[in-house]
Formats: sequence, structure tokens, C-alpha cells
Amino acid sequence: MSEVVVPRPRVPTAGAPRAGAPSLAARQARLAWLLLSPSLTVVLLVAIFPLVQTVVLSLTTARLASPEPARFVGLSNYAALLGDYLFWQSIGVTLQFAVITVSGEFVLGLFIALLVNAQFRGRGLVRAAMLVPWAIPTVIAAQMWKWMYHDVYGVVNDLLVATLGVLPANVAWLADPTTALAVVALVDIWKTTPFVALLLLAGLQVIPEELYEAARVDGASALQQLVQITLPLLRPAILVALVFRTLDALRVFDVFYVMFGERPDTMTMAIYNQETIVAFADVGYGAAISMVIFLIIGICVVAYVTLLRVEAP
Amino acid sequence: MGRRIGRRAFLAGLGALSGAWAAGCRRRAAISRAPLPPGASPAPTPPPAVEPPPVPNAAQAQRYQGVQLTYYGDSVGIGAELDQQLGARFTQDTGIAVRVIPRPQSASEAYATYLRFFQARSAAIDVLLIDIIWPGAFAPHLLDLRPFCAGEIDQFYPALIANNTVADRLVALPWFADVGLLYYRVDLLERYGFAAPPATWEELEVQARRIVAGERAANPVFTGYVFQGNAYEGLTCNALEWLASVGGGRILERGRVTIANPAAAAILDQARGWVGLIAPRGVTTYQEDDARNVFQAGNAAFMRNWPYAYALAAGPASRVAGRFGVAPLPAAPGQPRVGTAGGQQLAVCQYSRAPEAAVELVRYLTSAPVQVYRALRGSFLPTRPAVAADPRVLAAEPFLGPLQAVERVTRPARDAGARYNQVSTAFFQGVNQVLNGADAVQLLPRVARRIERALA
Amino acid sequence: MSRPRALGRLVLYVLVGGLLGGLLFPFYWAVRSSLTPNSALFTTPLEYWPSAPTLEHYQRVLRDGQFLRALLNSALVAGAVTVLSLAIGALGAYALGRFRFRGRLPVLYLVLSMTMFPQIAVLGALYTMITWLGLYNTLWALILTYLIFTLPFTIWVLTVFFASLPRELEEAAYVDGATPLQAFYLVLLPLVAPGLVTTGLLAFIAAWNEFLYALSFTQTPDQRTVPVAIFAFSPQTGGGFEVPWGQMMAATVLVTLPLVALTFVFQRRILAGLTTGAVKG
Repeated sequence: MSEVVVPRPRVPTAGAPRAGAPSLAARQARLAWLLLSPSLTVVLLVAIFPLVQTVVLSLTTARLASPEPARFVGLSNYAALLGDYLFWQSIGVTLQFAVITVSGEFVLGLFIALLVNAQFRGRGLVRAAMLVPWAIPTVIAAQMWKWMYHDVYGVVNDLLVATLGVLPANVAWLADPTTALAVVALVDIWKTTPFVALLLLAGLQVIPEELYEAARVDGASALQQLVQITLPLLRPAILVALVFRTLDALRVFDVFYVMFGERPDTMTMAIYNQETIVAFADVGYGAAISMVIFLIIGICVVAYVTLLRVEAP
Repeated sequence: MGRRIGRRAFLAGLGALSGAWAAGCRRRAAISRAPLPPGASPAPTPPPAVEPPPVPNAAQAQRYQGVQLTYYGDSVGIGAELDQQLGARFTQDTGIAVRVIPRPQSASEAYATYLRFFQARSAAIDVLLIDIIWPGAFAPHLLDLRPFCAGEIDQFYPALIANNTVADRLVALPWFADVGLLYYRVDLLERYGFAAPPATWEELEVQARRIVAGERAANPVFTGYVFQGNAYEGLTCNALEWLASVGGGRILERGRVTIANPAAAAILDQARGWVGLIAPRGVTTYQEDDARNVFQAGNAAFMRNWPYAYALAAGPASRVAGRFGVAPLPAAPGQPRVGTAGGQQLAVCQYSRAPEAAVELVRYLTSAPVQVYRALRGSFLPTRPAVAADPRVLAAEPFLGPLQAVERVTRPARDAGARYNQVSTAFFQGVNQVLNGADAVQLLPRVARRIERALA
Repeated sequence: MSRPRALGRLVLYVLVGGLLGGLLFPFYWAVRSSLTPNSALFTTPLEYWPSAPTLEHYQRVLRDGQFLRALLNSALVAGAVTVLSLAIGALGAYALGRFRFRGRLPVLYLVLSMTMFPQIAVLGALYTMITWLGLYNTLWALILTYLIFTLPFTIWVLTVFFASLPRELEEAAYVDGATPLQAFYLVLLPLVAPGLVTTGLLAFIAAWNEFLYALSFTQTPDQRTVPVAIFAFSPQTGGGFEVPWGQMMAATVLVTLPLVALTFVFQRRILAGLTTGAVKG
């Protein structure tokens, strides 16, 4: 399978470069850095400073607004983290959640993207409807779903029990540990599939129509076209969609917090982090947690790039 | 110049308005005059159109004329509105400018905001509204009010003053109170032959079970007892009531963690038994409004909630208006009837540039006339026993009567200081696990160890 | 049409129907709830459409003008963030997607690393920076900090788009005497229009819906954005326990409808075949 290759810079048509003048490659590089300077300025301003501060804090016992001064303690926060059962549990919950939602969103998002790209009646309606979940603010949507899953006056129970008779009695979807994760994963899939669908749709737009025509002339079925033309050429877009969705899934906070609060068996890494930094005001330990989360996410990104065998775009 | 309204049109409009107002009055009177089932608590009187009272300490406060104060007050609703009006009145009477800023609505966000200001030793806040569980954590950054208010301190409830006194410094004045109460359906108790609301937890179970068995036939979602079981601070309030009402201690007493005792384990296991039987399975996700919505729609026989639910349950949008009453929560025989103390306090920031003026504002806001005003306009519970005995306040807040019998129990925030949130989190997470099926006898020692580590 | 084909079509329509239902049900529920009086919001049995619909929630939301102010603030912030991300991101993506130079991959991963931290982790440092710059309680604080999460995916998506264009385009442009910037602006940028619209849309909505930073960096009601304002509606009672559902649902409907309409308009543009015909054989 071919990779998406960045085009090489063009070969100069004239002879060898003049001595003393910068080479073409150097000029290209200088232009590239110039074009990148606004982005890098933003990164420096809003990302590097917090990163540095987090690293420094993680090596201390800093507490917010505490009369005791912070002491430098080296790696002891990280050592404490290794033995922190609640943190490891939260990693497990988050990873489970990420696997379920990213795969669900990917499959559903691809389906929607292919659907909207194809010709059929009602495609305009799907196009407009597909962004509705993404357009509702996450905290509002989470509250609404929590209400809809309520065990006494929730509409999901009402539909399934009173109206359709599928279930014999109301189920406490959020309280029951066996259904809780499935419910919150469903809510997240509903909320962010549009993001994936839109990215994949944009990726589908750049695949030339001629390839499909040629394949049809050669007698390829729709499925074969999908597997042999669409998916391979969509790989860069798939990579971007998967990477960003996984990043967000591993940092998930709002949905879980609204639905479960600080319940220990549904606590995600981000909730544990927030609890430590905000409620406990323990910014030193919280910074160590942030660094470990950063590391875990970094490992996942590297894994993606390796597995998909697509060098970053 | 705009079109002048003709005299006829004006009189016609006035007539229409008067008719509507009179009709409204008749309707309100009709509601309050309708016969209540015996035991049902009356609806609160509607808020009168009163003005903020004059400033009693205006003479002293005028010494600081021209100062600008920043007051971080109530975030939304009637509280925020009253804050604005009281601030304006204070400015009018004393010449001290008051800038009222609504603090963030979520408690944890407000906590974080204050901490950030304290960390920066910022002079941006002068007077702040703080939760009853925060004086211990914020004490190093708050001004000692004892030298300024020595004469008034004994006019407040002693339990609240003790809660706000950290290392012999009174760091906040109690402003409005909240207490946990038992709401019960008077008509259902009557229908199933119970003479009075339950006095013990066993009685609650018996009554709830019989009522649920009877009501389920007609209403499949009917449930017995709703409370706040979600893993959050509200569960600490509920569980503290359970513990304190059976002699299970109060989590932290004189610096020692006391929750790993048999009485506490027994009541928690008993509470676990309620879930799914007399309480809905989802009660472990309920916060205050979830429980209130279930009760207010007529789907629960008993509810534990704060007094705020009273006005709503007695209001026009409620299905149980006129059919419910309030009582102290049950307790084991021989143990006190308790309710966890909630509410807000007013404090002055250490780093304020005008501390004396700020103290004058606090003295005004916590004064008796203002507490009466806030009780009448917004149903805020007073923190002065004298105000709670005022007949106008009793008519506006009918639950104050049953409340006299409740002993206020405070959470161990003062003793835990800046570590209170960790203590509370360990506690409510443990209780939430018990409610979801874990064994209290085995879990409580682990929770106790977590709390001890948090305090270390 | 043959039997299997007709069956396939039927299955497709059933799936599409189910999909639409699932996507739109909560929105229908928000509309229904916004028209339901408080007395019927949480009662059982449920009403799927209010028997006594009321506009009081909408009236209360629009009454004091604070919500409209929040809408304006959100529109300003989201619009500014989108324009900035696209401008900065497109330039950067052009460099990363069409040039080969040392440090290309590290820059890509550096940009990505901006979004690898949980929001709360960077909040403290950002707060310090914002106050130091004097931007606390202004919309500029939000515009600056939202770039943290809009810039990375903007750059990555546009890099994919730029990289996928054939290299003959640039060479043709250079032959015609264009400078690299002219090639970028006149030739390449129009061709990645679907990518620009997509990332613009996603950036706009992400900035529109953001809650934590909007809550932490604003102080007074006139600087609030929509998500913060929705949680600041006045309930009837004090104490902060009551959740004014009716008003929140009315506000949600008021906010979602124009967003969907906006995206519907732009969606048609990206699917109008902007890419076809641009690449010469």
C-alpha cells in the first residue's frame, strides 16, 4: 500500500547554485519556517509555558493557596502515583471508554460519510441532521441525556417500558455498573460521530471520480471499490480522525462528570486529575498526574502512527 | 414626543390590570383557604413588595465614605437580585460604593476561583460569600471578625459560630442556613393508616414498604424514599445525618477519625438495603433536584431535602401542593433528631485594601432587619434565633416550626481545614460504594485509613 | 429493479431512518421540553408533546438581554478563533504539506502535543498568563486560549489536504512565474476549500461549545459565552439547588437552530463539487 508522500521540492532547471548563495533546500526551509512562525508563536505562548510549569510543579509538593511553601521532592509524586489504586482504576475506565467510543464513532462516522457522499433521496436531510449533536454544547447534552436516562421520569425508560413494552420494568441505566459505561459511551458516540463523519467526508471529496469510473469499467463491485480504492486513499484522513478522537476520548471529562460525579468506579483520568487539582488543591500531585496522562496519550499516538503505517500526513 | 395615551385607554388599562390583580389575589387566597389534610404544612405566604431595610450601622460606616468594595455574592436567582438591591441600599446610606459580582455557580468552581485569588494575595475581593464547609480551608486568608463584632456574636446560632471559628479566630459570619429535613406525604400516611411521620429509620422502612406496595398497582414508578445518593458533597450531608442519628459519630471528632464503628456500619448497611426496595435503584445518581422532581410529581412517599424544596413543592407547578408536611429526620431511639447544616457565610478577605469598610458591609448584610427581608423575599433561612421567631418570617417559611426540633450537625470542615475536600471525597465515595452493594463493615476501615492519610 | 437491489434499498432507508431518529431525538426532546410548563416537565406519565404548551421559558430567557449578549459574545469569540486558526493553520499546513525540510515531523508532533494535556492541567498556567497579560474577564482571553485545541487539528487536516494535491500544480504555477506565496494563495488554497470549510466549521463549533475556560477566565455576566450563560439562568428559589430546566432547554433550542442552519448553508458549498475539474489531467 502506498503511503501518502509529501511532494519533493522541485529540481532547479538552471545549473548548480552559485557559490555563496543559499541552496534551494535552505531557501525552502527558511520559507517553511517563516510560514510556520505564527503557529509556533501560538504554541510557545499557550502550550510551552503551561507544559514547563506542569513539569516543574510535578516535582514539588505545591498546594494552592497554602501557607506552607512548596518543597522540591524530586520524583516522589510519581512514585506515589505508581501505588495509587484509584488512578490505575481510572486509567482502566478511560481506556475501555476510548476503545468503545473510538471504534463506534469510526464505524458510524464512515457509514455517514459514505452515505452523505452518495446519491440518494433524503441526503440533504442527513447532511443537516448530522451536525445537530455536535452543535449542542457538551455540558447541556450530557445533562439532557442524564435526564433522559433517569430511572423514574426518563424518556428512555418510558419508551422501552411503557410505550414499547420491550423491558418489564424501569432500569437505572446510570446507577447500574453493568450499563453505566455503555450508556455514557453511547452518549459520547452520539455527540462526536459528526466530527469523524465530517473529517472523513472532507477526505472523500478529494478522491478523484475517475478512479471509481475506471474500477466500474473493470467490473468491480461496490464493496471492492470501497476496500481497494476508498479506504486506502482515505488513510490520511482516517489517521487524523482517529488520532484526534482518541486524544479527546482519553481526556474525556464533561460527560462523565455530569452523569456520575466523582463516583469511583466510573472515574476517568481527567476527572481524577481535576479532583486533585481543584477540589484537593494539590497542584503538585495533580501536575504529576497530568504528565502521566500526557505520556499515555503520547504512547497511543505513536501506536497509531506505527500501526497505520502512515507517516504523519 | 411619543403618542400620548388617551385617558380612556389609560383607565381601561388600569381597570384591566386591577381586575387581573384582584383575580390573582382571589386565587391565592383560595389556595391558602382550601382545607388542608391534617398535618399538611401550609403554603408559604407570597413575598411582599418590601424595600431593603436601612443600614443600622450607617453612622460608623460613613467614616469610610468614598471607598469602593467588591462583593462576590450569590450567583443566580433571587439571591443575586437581593444582593444587588442590598448593595445599592448600603451605598445610598453610607456612601461606600459596592460592586456586586456573582460568583461562579458551581461550588467547586467558586472554591477554585477563591483559591486563585488567595494564591495571588489579590486585593480584588473584599467581601466574599463562602460555603459553610470552607472557613477551615480559607481561614489563613480571612480576616478575624471578633474584634469588630464582639457584641453581636451571641445573637447567632452557636453551632454556626463554632463552625466558623478556626484557631480562636472568627473568620466568617453566618448569613443564611440550611438544614436537612424529611418531607412526607400526609395524604398517603392517612390512607395507609399511619398516625404520624416516622420517628425511627425502622418506622420509615415499614411505612414506605406498605405505601409502595399499595401504590405500585396504579403507578408502576412509585417509590418510597428519595434522597441524595450521588457521589458528591450532598451524600456526605445525607450520610452524616444517618451516622449522627444512630450514635455512629460525626466522621471526625477531636482530631480522630471515628467512622469505623459498629453503629455506623449498621446504618450504612441498612441504607444499602433501601436501594431497590423502598428507594429507586437510581437513587445513587440523585442530587437535590432529582429527588425533588420525583417527590413533587407525586412519585415518592418520603424525601430528604433542604428547605428550598418546600416553596417549590407547595407552588402551582407541584402535584403535591397542600398534601405534604415536613418533620425532622428519623433517628434511633434515644438519639437526637439531626439535620446537616448547610448554608452560606460572609467573610472579609485578609488582603482587602479597605477591611474596616468591608466589615461594615458584612455587619449590615447579617443584621436582623436584612435577614428578615431576605427571609420574606427569598425564603432564606435566618441564622439568628430571634429572626427565626419573628411571626412574619414564620408565615413566609412554615418549615421553621418543625425545624426547631432539629439539632444542627456540622460537617468536620473546621477540623479538617484545607484537607476537608479529601476527607469528604473519601467518605462519600465509600458511602456511594456501599449504596451500590459493597459491605459497610469491610469498607469503613479502608475509608477511615484513607481519611487519616488525607489528614496526614 | 431486481429483488436483492430493492431489498438493499429498503434496508438502506431503514438504516437512514434509524440514524436520523437517533441523531435528532434529543433535539426534539429539547424542543418539547422548552414548550412544556414546569408543572409537566418531570411528571409521569410523560407527555411526548405538551398538552398545554407555553412560551414562558423563551420569554424568560430573552427577557433580560443577558442571553442575547452571551450569544453575541460567543459569535465574536468563535468567529475570531475560526478566522485566526484558518489563517495561521493554513500557512503552517502549506509549509508542512508542500515543503520538505528538517524538523518537519517534530513540528507536527509539537503542534499535536498541545492537545495532549487535559484541559485542567493547563488551566492554572493559562490563568497566570492571562492575568499577567491583563486579559482576565475579556473575550481576548478566550480567543487566545481556544487556539490550543483548534489549531492542532486545523493544521493536521489541512496538511493532509495540501499533501494530497499533485505536485504538478505548483510547478505549473512556478512556470507561470508565480512566487511560492502566490502559488499558495491563488492555486492551492482554492483547491483545499473542502478542508478549509470542514476545519472552519469544526473550529467554530468547538469554540462555541467550550465551557471550562469560558467559566474560568470570565468574571462578570457581560463577558459570558453561551454555555456559561445557559447554566446561569435564574431559578425561582435561592440556594443554588434548583435547575431551571425549561429555560435551559429553550436556550439550547435558540442556540442550536441557527448553528444548524449555518452549517447547512456551508455544507452545500463543500459538496458542490469544488474539487472536480481543478486538476488538469
